[in-house]
Amino acid sequence: MKLVTVCGPPSSGKTAVILKTLEAFADRGLKAGVVKFDCLSTEDDVLYEKAGIPVKKGLSGPLCPDHYFVSNVEEIVQWGRGKGFDLLVSESAGLCNRCSPHIKEVLAVCVVDNLSGVTTPKKIGPMLKMADIVVITKGDIVSQAEREVFASRVAAVNPKAAVLHVNGLTGQGAFELSSLFDDEEREVESLIGYQLRFTMPSALCSYCLGETRIGESYQMGNVRKMKID
Amino acid sequence: MINEIKNQTVGALLGTYPFAAVYFDGHHVDTKGRESVTVVDVFSDFVTAAGEDAVTTADELLEGLSEHVQQMLLFLADDLDTVRSLNLLPGTHKDGTPENFTNITINSGETICIVGPTGSGKSRLLADIEWVAQGDTPTGRTVLLNDQVPDRKWRFSPTHKLVAQLSQNMNFVMDLTVEEFLEMHAESRLADNVSDVVVRIIDQANALAGESFAPTTPITSLSGGQSRALMIADTAILSRSPIVLIDEIENAGIDRQKALELLLSEEKIVLMATHDPVLALMGGRRLIIANGGIEAVIETTEAERVILKELAVMDRRMTDLRNRLRRGERLE
Repeated sequence: MKLVTVCGPPSSGKTAVILKTLEAFADRGLKAGVVKFDCLSTEDDVLYEKAGIPVKKGLSGPLCPDHYFVSNVEEIVQWGRGKGFDLLVSESAGLCNRCSPHIKEVLAVCVVDNLSGVTTPKKIGPMLKMADIVVITKGDIVSQAEREVFASRVAAVNPKAAVLHVNGLTGQGAFELSSLFDDEEREVESLIGYQLRFTMPSALCSYCLGETRIGESYQMGNVRKMKID
Repeated sequence: MINEIKNQTVGALLGTYPFAAVYFDGHHVDTKGRESVTVVDVFSDFVTAAGEDAVTTADELLEGLSEHVQQMLLFLADDLDTVRSLNLLPGTHKDGTPENFTNITINSGETICIVGPTGSGKSRLLADIEWVAQGDTPTGRTVLLNDQVPDRKWRFSPTHKLVAQLSQNMNFVMDLTVEEFLEMHAESRLADNVSDVVVRIIDQANALAGESFAPTTPITSLSGGQSRALMIADTAILSRSPIVLIDEIENAGIDRQKALELLLSEEKIVLMATHDPVLALMGGRRLIIANGGIEAVIETTEAERVILKELAVMDRRMTDLRNRLRRGERLE
């Protein structure tokens, strides 16, 4: 089974891009499934089901969504293999821009949108900088100039990535993205022993354990203070 | 390339490749005051200083920088004007029947119109061109540039987009003045003489729009017509894409004939998806799209050109009346 990790800031169009891309993927007679990781709630699983795409939903609740992702991804891979998928897409939101679910030797996609502003590529961390493919969405509503500036900023922070423009509404570019998924040759039987491309956010402080009170005497563990002069 | 750049000083590197500054900035590496330090040391120090916040290793930064420099050199060296012609070779309609043409050649400086109802396959045609299809898209069409199988860079490179698009739904979303905005675009295109280019674009845009605007006008407060005029002038002059797709720009409050002339004078290939008779007849040919494929290619006839002349007169009269209304004049 092929595996792809898709991530991107909230509301960048990940689900729309995946839906259109898997539609084109199914047209090739191939079977794909999705696992959607989110924090508190998601209704995207309904969208996938409606499109006839098998979907598993994982909500991290009070936990760090990325830690939750990496703790469950192997089980999800086994679920996908059991279902006989040709391709499994893992979708997760990069909620703090630092996060990155990308795994070494596994195709990594980052979705960003033109509306997020030209400084955004610089602000997003490993999620964008370590992706193999960067998909830029919402190009149908901004000017050609802004699209060009945005794409050049993406290229400046991740010169190695293939950059594709996909319209999540019309599906323009989705066939092309699906052909890149199809070209992927690496098959995953199990992720045991694989490595993340980048470390997860680290924390183990009193707030991780449910503390709600504010003040230094309540802060224990891995706590960092701002430098204020 | 990595070995070539890693032991250079940052000052020397930026002297040779000024565009590399974007890369340092994009990775938040401050080079100020460190011009005499080697690139590899600047990266190592940066990663060390970042400690657990480091996003990448010094090696990865070097590799990325080398890739960035190579891409930009390719971009600068490339004469994109060398797309002199576009060839479409037939594929099939949705039902699998072959398309009804043998080879459509469109040369630079030429306009071709695309007509057909919504859902007939106009977007797929454009997507085939943008993806430089090689029989590997749902239509099975093949696209050639300059009569040859094109380089794969057209598919993935952010700096080599084959098609620039202009459509009615597009808006400016940045919070910048016209001048700042154009400067930013010109810099991202590595234009030689930024201030001259900016002046030229503003002049051209003002020649297209009914009402002129100043360089200090915020782009978000331009009127619909002014925005469209600025987008067209900017695309004609600054965009490196050799093909321009214009999607339905009727009623835009701009001089459409002049707009088209401007694009063509920059040796672009212009594709227009339109049902506006004035625009449609300006093209030498029309591609008729139906059932997912190209059904026919129609040459604009002499009789149609006569109609175009009549329409142009009406169009000018409408523009004139609109301008008089704007100036607060009576129309009688």
